Amino acid sequence: MAVPILKQRDYLIANIQAALTDDDLRKLRDALVAQVGEFRSRGVIVDVTALDVMDSFAVRTLRDLAHMSRLRGAETVIVGIQPEVAFAMTQLGLTLEGVATALDLEEGLAYLDRKTKRKTTVR
Amino acid sequence: MADTRMSSTPVISPPARDESTTVLLRELVAHLRQSRTQLREEWARRITEAKLLTAMTPEEIFAEATAVYDNYLEALETGSIEALETYARNLSERIIPRGVETHEVVGIVLLLRDVLARSLFAKYQQDFHQLNRILDAYEPAANRIANTVAVGFVQERERVIRQQQEAIRELSTPVLPVRERLLVLPVIGIIDPQRARQLTEQLLRGIRINRAKVVVMDITGVPAMDATVANHLVQTVEASRLLGATVIVTGLSPEIAQTLVNIGVDLGKMNTVGDLQGGIEEAERLLGYKVIPITVEAPVATS
Repeated sequence: MAVPILKQRDYLIANIQAALTDDDLRKLRDALVAQVGEFRSRGVIVDVTALDVMDSFAVRTLRDLAHMSRLRGAETVIVGIQPEVAFAMTQLGLTLEGVATALDLEEGLAYLDRKTKRKTTVR
Repeated sequence: MADTRMSSTPVISPPARDESTTVLLRELVAHLRQSRTQLREEWARRITEAKLLTAMTPEEIFAEATAVYDNYLEALETGSIEALETYARNLSERIIPRGVETHEVVGIVLLLRDVLARSLFAKYQQDFHQLNRILDAYEPAANRIANTVAVGFVQERERVIRQQQEAIRELSTPVLPVRERLLVLPVIGIIDPQRARQLTEQLLRGIRINRAKVVVMDITGVPAMDATVANHLVQTVEASRLLGATVIVTGLSPEIAQTLVNIGVDLGKMNTVGDLQGGIEEAERLLGYKVIPITVEAPVATS
């Protein structure tokens, strides 16, 4: 199942709607990293609100995505991790080290605005 | 749950009822019905003598005794303990809050069993063979009734205990909003693994509901923790970060500090401040607040 990638100002937003296969995840990562260059994006937001499982592959792929897009000039923030998922992840030692996280899309946007030091008008 | 808890777990399988047993029981019950007034009084008297049900007045004991007696006979006659089960559960609900103990309930049912047995002895003392047959029919049924009532009482007590445990657990770790996006979580008392898990759940849920950015977890009231719980604490801090919130831990005792150092906590991940005041100040700083004292002399400063 393909994940739609939305472009909003300088940011790319990927909203995951349903559980993804490993292959879908890889495709998402590659698409985002490619589009960061294409649109000269400064930030990437991956919304995982719909996921109720995050396995080691998903966590690694998201971490790789964050690192790869940073090398190409964009900050990545993962938003919407569910409480149960978060705790299960830490118990498995999958803590997304070095990757920014935020409560939801709104927080993620606020984080990127702060991080990229760009004044943007909401509303 | 209420309707399955007893019927789904038969403690004693129903005694085999052949034709003659049924006939005997019917005869037996007819006799006990006839002597109802006398036997019931005898029973109530023995309850008082044995100093059972001291939490209840004699009138109450007599009223309950009447109801139990009739239910008892019905259970003997029909062999169905369903009505008795319902009554026993209902009785337990009424008398447990008044402090009636398990031994009292078991005691009164056994007393009734004995009173009735005595009456049977008296009636059939001339015919030993017949008495034996009557007792063969009576005893399994009576034991089953006693068992049912006792088990019902204990189950009701356990239900009350579970309910209270739940209530204590819910009260034990309040998640308190202090300012917008700032939560305080005071933890008091020993944390066992079960409480730790529940604490984590409540904290993570609190973060989501209040959209918190910073949480101050104050563990001044926690005297000690073992490595398992300390590890759990570290995991909780990490899980909170995944939700986008920073956790500041305050009030670590020397013992807990030692435990954390012994398990080799990565201090880069743990944000700790000496006391709750310092923790809240740090949290305000992270959130961009600045607290300025208002004095009478100085004009109110604006930031």
